[in-house]
Amino acid sequence: MTESSSISKKFASLPDAESSNREPKALIQAVDLSLYYGATRALKNISLSIREKLVTAFIGPSGCGKTTFLRCINRMNDLIDSVRTEGQIQIAGHDINAPDVDVIELRKRVGMVFQRSNPFPKAIYENIAYGLRLHGVRDRATIDETVEKSLRGAALWDEVKDRLDSSAMGLSGGQQQRLCIARTIAIRPEIILMDEPASALDPIATAKIEELILELKSQFTIVIVTHNMQQATRISDETAFFYLGELIEFAPTGKIFTNPSRKQTEDYVTGRFG
Amino acid sequence: MTPASPASINAGSANGFRSASFDYTSYFFTGITGLAVALILTMLFVLLGTILANGWPSLSWRFITANPQKDFFEPASAGVLPMIVGTSVRVILMTIFVIPVGVITAIYLTEYAHASSLSTRVIRGAVNNLAGVPSIVFGLFGAGFFVHFVGKSMDGFIYGAAGTKVWGQECLLWASMTLAVMTLPVVIVATEESLRAILPGLREASLALGATKLQTIVRIVVPQALPGIMTGGILAVGRAAGEVAPILFTGAAYYMADLPKSLSNQFMDLGYHVFILSTQSPDIEKTRTTLYATVLVLLLLTFALNFVAVLIRSKIRRQMRAAH
Repeated sequence: MTESSSISKKFASLPDAESSNREPKALIQAVDLSLYYGATRALKNISLSIREKLVTAFIGPSGCGKTTFLRCINRMNDLIDSVRTEGQIQIAGHDINAPDVDVIELRKRVGMVFQRSNPFPKAIYENIAYGLRLHGVRDRATIDETVEKSLRGAALWDEVKDRLDSSAMGLSGGQQQRLCIARTIAIRPEIILMDEPASALDPIATAKIEELILELKSQFTIVIVTHNMQQATRISDETAFFYLGELIEFAPTGKIFTNPSRKQTEDYVTGRFG
Repeated sequence: MTPASPASINAGSANGFRSASFDYTSYFFTGITGLAVALILTMLFVLLGTILANGWPSLSWRFITANPQKDFFEPASAGVLPMIVGTSVRVILMTIFVIPVGVITAIYLTEYAHASSLSTRVIRGAVNNLAGVPSIVFGLFGAGFFVHFVGKSMDGFIYGAAGTKVWGQECLLWASMTLAVMTLPVVIVATEESLRAILPGLREASLALGATKLQTIVRIVVPQALPGIMTGGILAVGRAAGEVAPILFTGAAYYMADLPKSLSNQFMDLGYHVFILSTQSPDIEKTRTTLYATVLVLLLLTFALNFVAVLIRSKIRRQMRAAH
């Protein structure tokens, strides 16, 4: 009972579009963050602040550290034994690596969509109900309602509403990826991290995902890693360019692509290297 | 062979892509592999054929459902019901013991242990060595550890010093546990393989939703690995059903008038009975038909136990493919 009411309270407290037109404030802040894989330094003194309810894109050549940085934000790097970090990442002012931080609670608030769509080999309905049940929601009606709401939120409801009980593995790649987004938004995170969510999809499925990201922006803070520059210009408000583990430039997307301050950024976005 | 000169490479187009020389090696190896297969098949057919031809005539409903008399070397007083029961029960009990322990060990090795740490390598090595231990050694181990140590201690604990012998003797429980120890490596290796075959993306997806490691293992990883775990169980059943050595000192009886009624009873066993019939008979010629029939029953029972396990696995697979 308490759990289901806390979920519905979260729905109720969602800011609506009108109230969010003030200047977005910083939500995620990296302060001098370095990360090592064993002896290799993969991130070098990154400091940046990602603002609330914006889409922030990370671009850069493969191996530049953008995915590594993204995975710092929900501490997925904890899974790798050899990883060590220095510096801080704060979300809403709290150091997420502080010893008293519950990583479960953190990941509940920072959702993630992966490069390769990874729905659970279960029914479509169960894919979304899984996260809810993990966090203690037991009430069938609440789960039903959230499943529908999340699938609608991920623009997938109309395509799957008649086959919620069939396996998610039968969906197309684009549908699977939208199911993964639905699964993520079902537990109402504040932040959604996306690691090249459309890199394995055809242009039509990609367009749908992009459209969806623009819709989700009103409710969530989105950080997206992409190799597709056009995609970054279409969907992001701010763009960070990483190169060899360093943050080269972080600015509004328009500026990065039309008038970058650094030579390396210009070379990369114009396709001269990378 | 000399390195091909450009001229010989181009020769193909001149003679219409016909091979310059007859490819003996290729035919030779095709022949060798075919011969090996033929050899195996022949042996299998000879084996099964002999047993079937000699065993079938004396296989009757009475033989299968009868309790043997004390002089079971006489065809008229032979019967294998208690052996069928004994062998089935010990195999089923073994499966119940070995699967949880094997699966939990495999989960530890794949999900928790550091892949390259010393302890993991030592455990892996131990598991592999366990697989190479001769089964008679397991039998002696079972007698020493389960019967004389665990069983006796249990008796002392439960019945005090009065000396009542309940668990401190050969019985179904210890025979099944000895077999479970013997088949442990099979289950561990099969489970480990199926756990490692699960896409890492599934674990990450679950963890990223805020699942704990335990929740991820219980709700995502293990259900996915079930068919692989069942394969391990099937291999274990196949290995254990016909084994005699491990149960020789831990539970199998030469003769019992009644079926076992408790886990602390001894039991008659098909494999052991085959051994008795072939070595202890006063008149081997007279016993031969019974012997063949008993071997046939042992084979059929092993097939049947395997078949049941395969059925369960395919049912799980179908359920997984359907909705879950």
